[in-house]
Amino acid sequence: MTAFQLRFAGAGTILLLALAPVLLSPFSITLLNYIGIYALAVLGLVLLAGIGGMLSFGQAAFVGIAAYATAWLTVREGYSPWFGLVLGLALTGLVAAILGAVTLRLGGHFLSLSTIAWGLAIYFLFGNLPTLGQFNGISDIPPISIGGYALASSESIYYLIWSFLIVALLLAANLLDSREGRAIRALRGGRIMAESLGIDPFRIKLATFVIAALLSALSGWLYAHMSRFVSPAPFDVNVGILYLLMAMVGGMAHLSGAVVGAAIVTLLKNSIQDYLPVIAPGASGQLEVVVFSVLFILLLQRARAGLVPFALRYLPRLQPSTPLAAGSLDRRHQPERGQPLLTVTGATRRFGGLVAVNDVSFELCAGEILGLIGPNGAGKTTMFNLITGALPLHQGRIGFLGGDITRRAQRQIARAGIARTFQHVKLRKTMTLLDTVLLGTYGRTSCGFFAGTLRLDRAEEARARAEAIWQLQRVGLADRAFELAGNLPLGNQRLLEIARALAADPALLVLDEPAAGLRPPEKAELARLLEALRTEGLTILLVEHDMDFVMGLVDRTVVMDFGSKLCEGTPAVIRRDPRVQEAYLGGVA
Amino acid sequence: MNGEIAAILAMDGIASGAIYVLIGLGLVLIFAVTRVIFVPFGDIAAFTALTLASLETGGLPGTVGLVAVLAVLAAAMEGTALVRARALNRLPRAFLFYLVLPLVPAAAVWLAAGTTLSMPLRIGLSLALVLPIAPLLDRVVFRPIADASVLLLLTVAVALHFALSGLGLMFFGPEGVRTKPLSDVVFDIAGLIVNAQTLLIVAASIVFSGMLFLFFEFTIQGKALRATAVNRTGARLVGIRPATTGTIAYLLASLLAGISGVLIAPVTTIFYDSGFLIGLKAFVGAIIGAMASYPVTALGAVLVGLLESFSSFWSSAYKEVVVFGLLIPVLLWRSLSMASTDEEEAEE
Repeated sequence: MTAFQLRFAGAGTILLLALAPVLLSPFSITLLNYIGIYALAVLGLVLLAGIGGMLSFGQAAFVGIAAYATAWLTVREGYSPWFGLVLGLALTGLVAAILGAVTLRLGGHFLSLSTIAWGLAIYFLFGNLPTLGQFNGISDIPPISIGGYALASSESIYYLIWSFLIVALLLAANLLDSREGRAIRALRGGRIMAESLGIDPFRIKLATFVIAALLSALSGWLYAHMSRFVSPAPFDVNVGILYLLMAMVGGMAHLSGAVVGAAIVTLLKNSIQDYLPVIAPGASGQLEVVVFSVLFILLLQRARAGLVPFALRYLPRLQPSTPLAAGSLDRRHQPERGQPLLTVTGATRRFGGLVAVNDVSFELCAGEILGLIGPNGAGKTTMFNLITGALPLHQGRIGFLGGDITRRAQRQIARAGIARTFQHVKLRKTMTLLDTVLLGTYGRTSCGFFAGTLRLDRAEEARARAEAIWQLQRVGLADRAFELAGNLPLGNQRLLEIARALAADPALLVLDEPAAGLRPPEKAELARLLEALRTEGLTILLVEHDMDFVMGLVDRTVVMDFGSKLCEGTPAVIRRDPRVQEAYLGGVA
Repeated sequence: MNGEIAAILAMDGIASGAIYVLIGLGLVLIFAVTRVIFVPFGDIAAFTALTLASLETGGLPGTVGLVAVLAVLAAAMEGTALVRARALNRLPRAFLFYLVLPLVPAAAVWLAAGTTLSMPLRIGLSLALVLPIAPLLDRVVFRPIADASVLLLLTVAVALHFALSGLGLMFFGPEGVRTKPLSDVVFDIAGLIVNAQTLLIVAASIVFSGMLFLFFEFTIQGKALRATAVNRTGARLVGIRPATTGTIAYLLASLLAGISGVLIAPVTTIFYDSGFLIGLKAFVGAIIGAMASYPVTALGAVLVGLLESFSSFWSSAYKEVVVFGLLIPVLLWRSLSMASTDEEEAEE
């Protein structure tokens, strides 16, 4: 499918939606209104949970805050609903920012549990505040009016609801295809991966959380002025679960899943309400809850991906177009060959009583490949983590490019010019190769959430794409730029990680066992790549087990044993050193 | 507020805190062994109270129907799995565990319907009736997805709660119940009126927490449970079956929940859905203990009870808001004190 066909299909859908009030019964329009309102809240949940990996049971509370804010402002204070929208968005955004600031540092399930807690707290607040009508709610909410025309009928508010939804979907799609959007998609890869790319995961999480809350707020504002009445019940935690069900039915990982899921669940709910009283008269209210819960459990057990990914398999795929060369990102001026680049002085790290790295000092000069080797348990990985900032030092100092990076956070070290790869490859399997490498350019680009959402980032984005394609060419993966990273064999995944690291334009590339698990031809290919990078002036630190690989490649080697530095020198010197032979072979060979 | 009111509130708080201790310990136990955050756990306690009340009035408790439905479902699932695996010789044992044993107390209650039983017998029967619910739910709902991420298990558990509360309404009806007190004795300690019921609650909480500790420290089954909690793969390698330890954890935890249900029934009016809030308050305690530490969970649960009691004195309408609001500073403290661990999300 080409971009033109996609636009054509999109225009057709919009035309059909515009004609719906003419074609469908008023009751169907009311259902469509509910679908649109639910879909807005679920869209936020898809961004937050499906894409960002933060599962929330409390989205209904955010819907409620905005609904109550506008109800209170319009009914009690007599303001226009548009002021209600402003107040609803502002209040929801504020509450979300505070809650997010407090809870988003928590690990997976603690975060989700906390959403149940504040979801309930907010619900009980609605039910007990006298000014919000307690459990009776607020009635006689005025309709929204545009230019003196009141959207009182369900046909007239239909257009407003679906315009909001379509705009929200487009903006969300823009966001995901931008610099910050890729950072959101990277969140599920774990904190270490995000930080190694110069991303501040907490900031991204907080922004995503607030965006999701604002979408809920929009939903709540529309809900209040459509139903003209608010009470606590629609904002309880069980409605939060219903939103989750919608997202799961549609497909958590796709924006369109929000609309599909909201539509299916709403229609199902409606038909259940029709049939249950026939099957079980008198017990239909509670049976509805049981039916939905059981359905949800079955869905989670058997079909977690939802409907959209299933349908996508049968639809033609959008043909991606290779970006045209559009200039490139500014390149770092590599330091003079032979200048000291990284200086480790007296580095010490303890784990309880164990000294994993004990007073280790060495220096890395610009333009060389240094190998860090040692037997198992020598402290290589700890040393690696100290340099990249994944672990703090207990004593000692690490200098880089003339500055001190000893106490810096991981992402600041990444931004200072140290790019890394991982022993156990850390890639997002569902991102394309191109998007994966684009993640590497995060620290060199600057467009934020607003620019990404409103497509003001296209010039910078084109340069970043050109850079990413070039890095993919360097590692020989350019022809597969639009495949998913998870479909690559391990050897290529390692090369992809290197391309991602190179896209950050580092002064120093640190590789953690890059040859592990590679077949001999893949190793040879990797060695050629690293040699080519050295020729270009890049400095490389290599932590590696494979002696043949290391000795054939490096300029110098540092040998560690039991946390201390044993010796350092050229491969020839190291090979002859009796201490090294003893460490590796347990005696003079 | 004067000293006397404070003392009464403190006593109330400790009593409800003691209930939360039992439930909180059960939650931590189930989570540690099975990685399931068993949200419907409070429902088990509420169902026990409702069963006991129903037995008191000589009615047939709804639990009988609930257990029967679950037992048939679990037996059918286990049966199908065994037939598919061509392990027909294990069928009789499976049916004994999943169908016959859970139905024995149900049948006894069904036969005894209408007759008036003595209080210890009523309590014993209620506990026996409720005990199989959680292990059966484990078989039907969680066993098929035992390897899923904690987050997915949590989502399923939350959905399960809503299914159970719907079923609770069908089986028990919307009326609230309150059972006869276990003891009418009232003490006067230094001018303060203390009734034996409160003391009983606190004593039961201490005794059962102590027994749990002894079980973990000194029995091979207890150690197997702890081993499963530390590392499931490692436990399997030494011959521990996670499915079995899971069932034991559910049974033990259900006993704790059942006992707290029996204890709370004479003090508070219990509805079919009261369990959710009780369970969630115990959760707040468990989260204070990071879902891992039993003693800190117990302390946290008592703290929640005290907070609830004092806040209901100041403003009873907002006591739920205060208790769940408490979680926010607790989480803040947790997130600052826990060295930020790198949580890897499962890719799906």
